[in-house]
Amino acid sequence: MLKSKDLLGLKDKTAEEITEILDEAVEMKRYLCGSERTSALLAGKSLVTLFYENSTRTRSSFELAGKLLGATEVNISVATSSVQKGETLIDTGETLDSMKVDFIVIRHPMAGAPKLLAEHVKASVLNGGDGMHEHPTQALLDMFTIRERLGKIKGLKVAILGDIKHSRVAMSNLIGLRKLGAEVHMYAPATMIPKNMDKMGAVIAKSREEAVEGADAVMGLRIQLERQNGGLFPSLSEYSRFYGVNDNVLKLAKPNAIVLHPGPVNRGVELTPQVIDGEKSVILEQVTGGVAVRMALLKLLNEFREKNL
Amino acid sequence: MKLLIKGGTVVLADGEIKADVLVGEGKIVKIAPSINADGECKIINAKNKHVFAGLIDMHVHLREPGFEGKEDIESGSRAAVAGGVTQLCCMPNTDPVCDNAVVVNYIKNRAKEVNLCKVRPIGAITKGERGESLAEIGKMKAAGAVAISDDGKSVENSYIMRLAMEYANDFGIKCLCHCEDSSLADGGVVNEGYNSTLTGLKGSLRAAEDIMIARDIALAESLNIPVHICHVSTYSGAEIIKSAKARGVKVTAETCPHYFALTDDIITSYNTNTKVNPPVREEKDRLAIIKALKEGVIDCIVTDHAPHSLKDKQVEYNLAAFGISGIETVFALSYTYLVKTGALTLSELSEKLSSNPAKILGLEGGCLREGEVADITIADLNAKYKINSAQFYSKGKNTPFNGFEVYGKIEYTIVNGEIKFPF
Repeated sequence: MLKSKDLLGLKDKTAEEITEILDEAVEMKRYLCGSERTSALLAGKSLVTLFYENSTRTRSSFELAGKLLGATEVNISVATSSVQKGETLIDTGETLDSMKVDFIVIRHPMAGAPKLLAEHVKASVLNGGDGMHEHPTQALLDMFTIRERLGKIKGLKVAILGDIKHSRVAMSNLIGLRKLGAEVHMYAPATMIPKNMDKMGAVIAKSREEAVEGADAVMGLRIQLERQNGGLFPSLSEYSRFYGVNDNVLKLAKPNAIVLHPGPVNRGVELTPQVIDGEKSVILEQVTGGVAVRMALLKLLNEFREKNL
Repeated sequence: MKLLIKGGTVVLADGEIKADVLVGEGKIVKIAPSINADGECKIINAKNKHVFAGLIDMHVHLREPGFEGKEDIESGSRAAVAGGVTQLCCMPNTDPVCDNAVVVNYIKNRAKEVNLCKVRPIGAITKGERGESLAEIGKMKAAGAVAISDDGKSVENSYIMRLAMEYANDFGIKCLCHCEDSSLADGGVVNEGYNSTLTGLKGSLRAAEDIMIARDIALAESLNIPVHICHVSTYSGAEIIKSAKARGVKVTAETCPHYFALTDDIITSYNTNTKVNPPVREEKDRLAIIKALKEGVIDCIVTDHAPHSLKDKQVEYNLAAFGISGIETVFALSYTYLVKTGALTLSELSEKLSSNPAKILGLEGGCLREGEVADITIADLNAKYKINSAQFYSKGKNTPFNGFEVYGKIEYTIVNGEIKFPF
């Protein structure tokens, strides 16, 4: 049983709650991949996606998850909404609440925005990514995929490489994986990794080889190309040469290791095309798992709402 | 009419004495045990209370002209006297910016009409606080400005800063330096450290503050001109000041209650009332700031009173305005976190809150002495209460200290021998 109406981050979820979501997602994936997709679990419920940043997969994944369970959906595109007219986040939230919305999925460039929204609405708020803070559903789907492929999470070595400093995916994965007992090794240029990730339970590797050696799962993070202009690294080719994951690096991982990436991938930058399309890659399975995990979350949050609100 | 403060403990520069204080014609007439009232005289019973020199807050944002929704000279002055402050210096980042004698005069005249505490305007260093060319420092000084500052940011161009220090020194006034290398701070909203990583809020390194402290000290040293460093928040900044003082550089410095009472653990709540510039730092900084106060490396305590309306704070953390409404809590927080803990004596506290600010800016008041102007604050140090910003007189209710249990309640605030608080 989840313990709160919202999913703001994995920071405030227990290992039991995370496991419950992952277990439920197993059922949901079976349903998603089956031929009888006629659930009315969320019939009469409404879900709004409120995205202040661009997104393809997170948004469509949430939309499909809701629709497959029978919920009614509205997408608010910030570019064409009253936000452009200066409406505050709190006012937007209260407006949606007055429309009796049950779930709000928010993506926002600023850390803490989902929390601010959640404090002012009765609807359940699901964080679809806030600034450099958390992206809990991405981490849940990553953990779901790892567990599905490798059978467990506890005791695994997971290597995360890329722009960790600006990555909410890295943060949520670190928190979630640590809670479920995995070791998380990280590697990135010093300009792209906060100094204190070790205090949060990460092992900071001295090279990509060290990070990947003996790993069960290797996760590449997207390099946001605009960061290069910020001077965080000199060029894409230099990044790729010293920090990218290629087949040679990947040989150091366990034989049955898997390669994850939250997408969209810059082919040839953080991962070579051979790695992306190689046999270890589970990038497309992650996408399927994403819908299942989000369905599971909506179901569980709905149960919480029916019992507690 | 005369005023006789009877039976209190009087806090002097060198200790406390049980004494009465007689006030007449705006001045302190006599400090002695058992003064008898003669003629028409209002008596204040100060039994079990402490009598301090009136607080002087040399770093306040009154917001008027231009931002009266946040605060105005009247509400800010009411808040000041409620907080025990008899004299304050207000920063020039108003609209229009206080970068000319007209605005200086406007503020002085409004303060005279309000007639609560003494309001001393601080002029801008550069026109429009744009950091490009010097404001009319001489005319502002002639109109009554007591210092100059581009508070809210540093004068980025070191050459302009040099010119400002040299020019202002001719007129006998100091630059009060907000120290922040904005290119390094790069839009950071909290201290860069564990908690910034944990919250995903963009951090600002200590170095962003320290670099500018070091620069302004280097200018002061090279030019042999006094300089004052605003709101020191880092342990490393305090070290830079300490070593400069040891070399004989004419540098003075201030800090604020939030830097010795809080650590950045509070930002994990995302409460925007914790957002302040410079940001609240870590425990080692907090302890170093207390030590620096104790050692005289940091000379005084100011509030950096920065009132904001609810709409400036009820938004995403990144969008929220920087600043804490602090003028009504400065005494209790300083007493609770510095004296109660044994770090400072009452005399040292009074030095930080009153006499040193007066010395730094050459202001009247700041100490209890016969013949001195009668700016006096009386407090009940045993009174224990919870801070509740709903009760603030300031329009700005933005404090991270709501619910904090503190000691030290302001009972009377006396300005020029007149009781201004309670109202």
